[in-house]
Amino acid sequence: MSETRKNYARPLDLRHGRIDMAHGAGGRAMAQLIEELFAKHLGNDYLAQGDDGALLPATGDGRLVMATDSHVVSPLFFPGGDIGCLSVHGTINDVAVMGATPLYLSAAFIVEEGFKISDLVLIVQSMATAAKAAGVPIVTGDTKVVERGKGDGVFITTTGVGVVAPGQAWSGRHARPGDVILVSGTLGDHGMAIMAVRESLGFESPIVSDTAALHGLIAAMRSSGADIHVLRDPTRGGLATTLNEIARQSAVGMMLQEKALPVKPAVNAACEFLGLDPLYVANEGKLVAICAERDAEKLLAAMRAHPQGADAAIVGSVHEDEHHFVQMTTGFGGRRIVDWLSGEQLPRIC
Amino acid sequence: MKYIDEFRDGEVARGLAEAIRGEANPARDYHFMEFCGGHTHAISRYGVADLLPANVRMIHGPGCPVCVLPIGRVDQAIRLALEEGVTLCTYGDCLRVPASDGLSLIKAKARGGDIRMVYSSADAVALAERNPDRQVVFFAIGFETTTPPTAVAIRQAAALGLKNFSVLCCHVLTPSAISSILESPEVRRWGTVPLDGFIGPAHVSTIIGSRPYEFFAEEYRKPVVIAGFEPLDVMLAIRMLIRQVNEGRAVVENEFSRAVDRDGNLKAQQLVAEVFEMRKNFEWRGLNILPYSALRIRSQFAEFDAEKRFPLDYRSVPDHKACECGAILRGVKRPQDCKIFGTVCTPENPVGSCMVSSEGACAAHYTYGRYKDV
Repeated sequence: MSETRKNYARPLDLRHGRIDMAHGAGGRAMAQLIEELFAKHLGNDYLAQGDDGALLPATGDGRLVMATDSHVVSPLFFPGGDIGCLSVHGTINDVAVMGATPLYLSAAFIVEEGFKISDLVLIVQSMATAAKAAGVPIVTGDTKVVERGKGDGVFITTTGVGVVAPGQAWSGRHARPGDVILVSGTLGDHGMAIMAVRESLGFESPIVSDTAALHGLIAAMRSSGADIHVLRDPTRGGLATTLNEIARQSAVGMMLQEKALPVKPAVNAACEFLGLDPLYVANEGKLVAICAERDAEKLLAAMRAHPQGADAAIVGSVHEDEHHFVQMTTGFGGRRIVDWLSGEQLPRIC
Repeated sequence: MKYIDEFRDGEVARGLAEAIRGEANPARDYHFMEFCGGHTHAISRYGVADLLPANVRMIHGPGCPVCVLPIGRVDQAIRLALEEGVTLCTYGDCLRVPASDGLSLIKAKARGGDIRMVYSSADAVALAERNPDRQVVFFAIGFETTTPPTAVAIRQAAALGLKNFSVLCCHVLTPSAISSILESPEVRRWGTVPLDGFIGPAHVSTIIGSRPYEFFAEEYRKPVVIAGFEPLDVMLAIRMLIRQVNEGRAVVENEFSRAVDRDGNLKAQQLVAEVFEMRKNFEWRGLNILPYSALRIRSQFAEFDAEKRFPLDYRSVPDHKACECGAILRGVKRPQDCKIFGTVCTPENPVGSCMVSSEGACAAHYTYGRYKDV
């Protein structure tokens, strides 16, 4: 059965294949596209780090972090936020989880012909508020307009730059057997908030997106002195996909405890109703931390002392596993794999 | 979650596992088939198999709607989208079922087909109402549970006088699939597939009741327990089956008494009978052509029948040579017995239909259980 251990056995069909929605869903299809196309042609030492941002050399003994993120959310306005604040938070978080203090952002807009200027005003105001609250100004940008039908309202790409203190090195490659896995709060809030307002679903729910900039929480975690090895924000593909990425980068296995996973009852119920698994649903204001076992309680206390980490929990541990499986002890008492997201998370039929 | 967590309680599960271990006769093996993919999924996702003694084995049955959908039917849907230019609506998992020429509905969508995922047949009717200049076809698949909503959609379209809505009807019937397994030479003549009883799908029985299974219990001397989809439901059903086997009984028992009775939902049955009639023959993936195993739209509603509205002759397409879906659906082989399982055939690039839906035996084993193979 050794072949089953490969993450994907079939190479990307470069000649006849077409991009389908799964290539953008954050799961294994996207990882394959990145590895076999982007990394193959653009590869360099920085890209090979494989994290959400790149750690770059700078003059002096500090280092730079650079991260970029495109935002194509639909609908543009959702409970708890909109594409504007989301595009600020997402990139700040990608910079911050690298251990960097985010300093500056850029923003590029692709706007569709016919888009209401009043909606654009709301979006830009939301970006301004988010950037101001985070203390990270947007310092440069770009604007393009495409014909009607060639874009879905507005797409926003933001890029962030930050600096890392000397000596610090957080990376998805640094998880070690024995380490402990923590999450900063409830899982799946963002994804379910979006699902609930998608036109085709039409169920009412009290769920709001968790979109937030996390560098304040991260600073508090850093000053706790805990020996943090990995920090990442589990966005598309959810916690399951993020942990699988880290397990592969660090060449380790993981074991989660289902009972320890914090999930809001409303999110749980909505997932149940739609046949989705909260482990695969997107978050925009949560992070997963992996730290040395001896510091786990200290780090948990630091996280819980911060408003954004009030529901933080220890959810699992890292162990040696040559197959890099992420597994889970179910609340029921059995054991199973928590696999990569496969395709898009579609509701089951019956 | 109230009324859900109670059925996933680890403490109760341990107690039940203990009881099963106590009642199972160590001198023999028990082989039970969970017919429905919903049960397969629950068993894999919650690790139910880990709690069972080694002599109680579960065989995954063919009750996953997308798994039994033959390639020829998906080809028809793709032809509708790409050649006839219709807006084709269907349920989520159906989009990924592999079809001919390396296509699937999701790949046909990337090639320009107007293919939409809907959550309900009513969404397809609404789409037709909103777009009077587009032909909208609902690709209707599934067992008895999904049939009444399709009937409602057709009646609604008739009431609205829609001229641009039709249904490609691929609804199939649970009892026919069970008899095909019981009649298969592997079970009946050669005994290569030992089968001591069935777990029947509760949601199907909320519609058809438990009565249709009485024939199997009597004729084939196989116990049937109708069970819900929570892991404790499944474990309780296993215990009930073990008891029947031990006591030499073969009857239909109902574990899911919270929603199923002997007669089922008469109103839904009536609705289905009004809109649909039996097809003489229907091809199933893995089970071949089964007589009277599927439904078609009655002539009274012919204008809503996509097979009559569009030129759609049915062409049967054989499975990939190395694919063992057929044998897996009949319970003859396990996913890990297939040469291409996990290598050529993965959830990203499914070759066979059992790798598509999370309810398919191969996808469930790949996604939740493959750590056991290494």
